[in-house]
Amino acid sequence: MNTTALLGALLPVVPLAAALVGLLLPFARRRVAIGLGVAGAAGALALAVALLVTLVDPVEASTTWIRFGGLTVTLGVRLDGAAALVAVAVAAVALAVQVYSTGYLERGPHDDVDVDRRYPPYAAQISLFTAAMLLVVVSGDLILLLVGWEVMGICSYLLIAHDRRLSEAPAAAVKAFLVTRVGDVGFLLGIALLGVSAGSFRIADVLAHDHSIATRTAAGLLLLAGVAGKSAQFPLHTWLPDAMAGPTPISALIHAATMVAAGVYAVTRLWPLFAATPTVLAVLGVMASVSLLLGALAATAQDDIKRVLAWSTVSQIGYMTGALAVGSPPAALFHLLTHAAFKALLFLAVGAVIHAVGTASMSRMGGLRHSMPVTFWCMVIGLGALAGVPPLSGFWSKEGVLAAAEDALLGGGPAPAWVGWLVFLTGLVGVAITAWYATRLLLRTFLGAARDPLATPHDPPGVLRWPVLLLAVPAALLGLAGFSPWFAGRLLSTAAGELGAPRLVHVGPLMVLPLALLLLGAALAWAGWRRDTAADPAAALGPLRPVFARAFRLDDVQHALVVRPTTALGRATRAVDERVVDGAVTGTGRGARALGGGLGALHRAALPRAAAALLAGVLLIGLATALIGATS
Amino acid sequence: MSFGQFLLVAVLAVPALGALAVAATPRDRAARVIGTVAAALTLVAALALVADRAGAWTAYGPTPPAVRPWHSLDLPWVPGLDLRFHLGVDGISWPLVVLTALLTLLCCGYSLWRVPAGGSGRALVALLLVVEVGILGTFLALDLVLFFLFFEVVLLPMYAIIVGWGGEGSDAAAVDARRRAGRKFALYTLFGSVLLLVGVYVVVAAAGTADIVALTGGAGLSRGTQLAAFVLLALAFAVKSPLWPLHSWLPDAHTQAPTVGSVLLAGVLLKMGTYGLIRVAVGVAPAGARWAAPVLGVLAVAAILVGSLVCLAQTELKRLIAYSSVGHMGFVLLGIATLTATGIQAALIGNVAHGIITGLLFFLAGAIKDRTRTGALGELSGLRDVAPRLSGLLAFAAIASLALPGLAGFWGEAFAVVAAIESGGPFWTTLAVLAAFGGALTAAYLLRLLRRVTHGRPSPAVAALRPGLPGDPAVVGQPSESAGHPAVVGQRSGLAGAELAAWAPLVLLALAVGLAPALVLGVAEAPVNALMEVLR
Repeated sequence: MNTTALLGALLPVVPLAAALVGLLLPFARRRVAIGLGVAGAAGALALAVALLVTLVDPVEASTTWIRFGGLTVTLGVRLDGAAALVAVAVAAVALAVQVYSTGYLERGPHDDVDVDRRYPPYAAQISLFTAAMLLVVVSGDLILLLVGWEVMGICSYLLIAHDRRLSEAPAAAVKAFLVTRVGDVGFLLGIALLGVSAGSFRIADVLAHDHSIATRTAAGLLLLAGVAGKSAQFPLHTWLPDAMAGPTPISALIHAATMVAAGVYAVTRLWPLFAATPTVLAVLGVMASVSLLLGALAATAQDDIKRVLAWSTVSQIGYMTGALAVGSPPAALFHLLTHAAFKALLFLAVGAVIHAVGTASMSRMGGLRHSMPVTFWCMVIGLGALAGVPPLSGFWSKEGVLAAAEDALLGGGPAPAWVGWLVFLTGLVGVAITAWYATRLLLRTFLGAARDPLATPHDPPGVLRWPVLLLAVPAALLGLAGFSPWFAGRLLSTAAGELGAPRLVHVGPLMVLPLALLLLGAALAWAGWRRDTAADPAAALGPLRPVFARAFRLDDVQHALVVRPTTALGRATRAVDERVVDGAVTGTGRGARALGGGLGALHRAALPRAAAALLAGVLLIGLATALIGATS
Repeated sequence: MSFGQFLLVAVLAVPALGALAVAATPRDRAARVIGTVAAALTLVAALALVADRAGAWTAYGPTPPAVRPWHSLDLPWVPGLDLRFHLGVDGISWPLVVLTALLTLLCCGYSLWRVPAGGSGRALVALLLVVEVGILGTFLALDLVLFFLFFEVVLLPMYAIIVGWGGEGSDAAAVDARRRAGRKFALYTLFGSVLLLVGVYVVVAAAGTADIVALTGGAGLSRGTQLAAFVLLALAFAVKSPLWPLHSWLPDAHTQAPTVGSVLLAGVLLKMGTYGLIRVAVGVAPAGARWAAPVLGVLAVAAILVGSLVCLAQTELKRLIAYSSVGHMGFVLLGIATLTATGIQAALIGNVAHGIITGLLFFLAGAIKDRTRTGALGELSGLRDVAPRLSGLLAFAAIASLALPGLAGFWGEAFAVVAAIESGGPFWTTLAVLAAFGGALTAAYLLRLLRRVTHGRPSPAVAALRPGLPGDPAVVGQPSESAGHPAVVGQRSGLAGAELAAWAPLVLLALAVGLAPALVLGVAEAPVNALMEVLR
């Protein structure tokens, strides 16, 4: 194992160690917990940067973990430029979240109870979350990847349920884990199919093996179920908006660099399998387009500021999966990285707003521009990047996705041309809607008159401000990195030898179209707001507004089609199990006792009847003896 | 007698002599200490079995038997009946032997600190040791008749533990409930034993030997005999494992048994069934196993789904955990039913993982019920506010039980599914898909459990707990004397040293087996492959 592989292997180990020690700390040791959490994330960041700098060619190192019959499970790393870049993004966001949390979870002006008491497990769970995501990033084996994948799920469960004051938090946490777990049924089966077919779960072996087309298609579709769950894509996206019940730094962690990114990243890891199955890419394309529009439309009508961002995540991940569907992992990863930067920035800035105002409801905000100028400008950068305002990061990466879709609709990729059209058109529509809701969010929160006269908002203290300010830098500038051959080369390293998207950044006449749509969306929102600065621009949606606000009532559909039938089936099964299966057993027992009692009663006969029975018996035996004697 | 043979005898003799010594010691606490020491020595002997195992392989001829024990001891026992006292240990039985010895030690140690109401601690520890002798003997026996005898030794002491120390409260209804549960357990498993006896008789009569080493592979048994023998043996082991729909003794027994009884019942007693299925039923009648495998697979998957669904609607803490065993053992049985090396290995590690995790869960459930005096999920909530450490451990155990990758439970369940996929064909693939959905249901009911018990506002039963360590029985029930606290009658919410000592090994093992499955499977690969060769 060379130095690079060692760096890769240490990457998840460092935050894992911080997590294990942190979980054993007494609850009162807040300072130690902060130190451990920050040190774990900082150590991971240092390792990731070192890896990014030293990594030249893809590196693979593994050792046998366990053998099950003829199947080998390995313990190893598989490192390439994309893995190193994603690792840097994960570790950087984790560090920002760890630092930010120390201030955010302190007792604020609006807290009635001490929320700070459980800090050590909280920080340790963030460290574990980071370790799990980094394991997914570097893992060279599907089973090892699954370990990180699911540990991340359980950490999200624990962290979403962290805030004990919110009565809806436990339910949201359970929902987040269960919905993703349902997707993971498919993920496990897909992994099993590939592993059984290749005889090994090592990613290199799985990719090198010549799977039958049926296996590849089935495994690809099954893996997509897991991807949809983790990356919150239709139809398994329902957990993500509810997950907003978690503390805001956790939302930043889940939405920016970990968890939701894992699904997209996993597809790029196994890209050759997907590239060779147009059916799977077509399904992915439909999933992506539906999620993209669904998320964007749902974001237009939310009042809770975090929910706007949550739905925008669904929509933005839709761009990434769309890029994958049209055959361009580099475009997907580029958008993943810029999204990690601007979404982390947005959540942490929104956290500062919520911290200052004491509510997440936009109808009680407004006019914060003057009292919170730093946060305002950071939000402007973040929302601009989200909407795709040039030259902010989101513009370039979204441009890359649209260019890849254009390539595909011209027949230049592994996906069918209609998938290219679908992603291209929904992507363009999405640009306009994104601009609309981003403008609305900015106007409702920071401009106009203050709607809550009691609040005395102020810019956050340094420990909250610095992570936000530092994240604003990549959110603004990361897109320009696409012009750097060094950066582009690393992102393209996963895509060696495949078709499509040879460049990362596209400058050309195509840029005019999304820019025009961007202006259109922003102008519509602004025009609506100008008419009445106190009213919600979402009123323009008319009768569609409640539909969008409840995201087409898909939650109710899920509840009616899955949750309620399952619980009813549980109750029915319990009743059958207790009455029929166990009833048969106790019935047998009771029957045996009754039979015994009956026979006993028969034997307790009075003398005449007993004598008669005895004589009858003697007669019978005598008769039988005589008969047998006669025949023999 | 070699060192290995000495160890084999020691593993059985130490707990047996320990039980006698405990029974003969008049002072209660001293007797419990003696019992714990005996259990500890047994564990040391069991662990030592793994040493010095190389070399045993070369002792066999060109066609080695399918069972190649590391150490074996073969003595004539009743020459007139051709009964032999044949013991041996190999990679299939050793992990279970160690698990049994460990769990018994933890139970004895726990009994040093707390004896459930109902009887003397001395008698409880003595019975625990007798149960241990029976279970260890079952895992070590290489003679069918001996196997049967040890299999039966377990029954009555466990009945006594359930009826003597089980249940909650001493009112007539509680006494009646635990008597009924004990009776059901004894009669139901006795019914299984009768089938086992008939099965053993069929095999021994047809083959002319009771030696498991010679019998493995089905040599000398006609196909018809193998089918009959497998059906009888599999039914007997299915009752013990338990396999749906022969499981209904389990929820009552596990719920009514005292904490240490539940731990042993779920932790290792059930494993006698699955171990017997692998070693005896599949080994002795492979043709029968191949014939019945689809039925076994269907029932195993039914067990997974039914167990999970019932848990989803369950309202009592211990009963929920008890029913979860039905689902988890379903995965183990699915692994066995595939009759592949992958599946059998998954079954072995699933066995051990279930013993560790469910043992821990029953310890924790017992601790919660002891403190709050209720197990109803409707009366428990907000535990993480009042007893954060206890609730953290419960969360860990539940997460381990839902087969989170990286913890012990994952390997058995995931690879049972993988094995079913490996078997190929639409039938086994369907079973794999259903079993995988069962895994999602498992997560659903365990998270429901956590949500009910640990989240939310503390319920009155939970809020009554005082912060601090739980006192010894003398303190329990007396008003608190510490300043600042009102005189509350109740238990403390913190953890006692004895509890931590009993739980820490299980927590560490759940993590260690999850990270290094080779701890269990490293020794099992060779014997499983040998078994596979005779199955072909």
